[in-house]
Amino acid sequence: MNEISLHVLDIIQNSIKAGADLIVIVIEFDGERLTVTITDNGCGMDAETAARVTDPFVTSRTTRRVGLGIPLFKASAEATGGSLTVRSEKGVGTVVQAIFYYGHIDCPPLGSMTQTIVSQIVCHTDVDFAYSFVTPRGRMDFSTREVRQVLGDDVPLDTPEVVVWMRESIDNEINEIGGGSIQ
Amino acid sequence: MKSLKDLEEIRKKTLDSINMRKDEESTRVVIGMATCGIAAGARPVLLAFMDEIGKRNLQHVTVSQTGCIGMCKLEPIVEIFEPNKEKVTYVKMTPEKAVRVVNDHLVNNRIVTEYTIGNYEK
Repeated sequence: MNEISLHVLDIIQNSIKAGADLIVIVIEFDGERLTVTITDNGCGMDAETAARVTDPFVTSRTTRRVGLGIPLFKASAEATGGSLTVRSEKGVGTVVQAIFYYGHIDCPPLGSMTQTIVSQIVCHTDVDFAYSFVTPRGRMDFSTREVRQVLGDDVPLDTPEVVVWMRESIDNEINEIGGGSIQ
Repeated sequence: MKSLKDLEEIRKKTLDSINMRKDEESTRVVIGMATCGIAAGARPVLLAFMDEIGKRNLQHVTVSQTGCIGMCKLEPIVEIFEPNKEKVTYVKMTPEKAVRVVNDHLVNNRIVTEYTIGNYEK
């Protein structure tokens, strides 16, 4: 994965497989560390499983005995001097948090988080997403629940005009708080 | 979110066309979006399909995603399901190829044989 936002895309797939209908993604940049937090309300895992998911030979899939999503994300964060933690509770949900030292030479670029978020909204119109981006200059908060309130029941989130609006308004607001320069 | 007012306008404008869309049988474009697909470049391919389908106003086409299709070395893989037709599987996709598949396959009904899995294995 050559962008942090692609790891996020991958972790979101885990949340969706876990049956989540709310996925909250927060990117915080404090000038030095970039903290990525993905929280879902999916089926969750018991403590023993949660402790083992960073092992590539632990996976819930049945087609094959390896799962690389979380291990790759962890390796990428650790290569910058950062870390990855997984907290989970059965029946409640899962939190995956990765810390990257953004100035480290091995840190991949954040990449297009907007593409990650919007593509997932379009492909999973029955799931709600919240996305926040925090920099020293301010914060951007986006939520499909608010968008749905305006659109009502008759205009779906994957309508092309709505998709264009989501991409533009997220990008504009992130640029206003100086987040564009760390993408 | 600041521009929710614009969204209200969009809602009013699109309401009519949406009612039309419901009546048509839909074609599905399905993109493999597991770790293998993402690492191989599935996200830009998905975005290219979304953009081109929106540009061409193909209201009967929906874009969705699935997990690992099982042939990781051929990712990004895209499957096209049309009503009453056999599934077509495109392999090693790129955003440029996606644009051609939309125009040739979805608009003009000509399968792009050179990108299909059958062609790859020959």
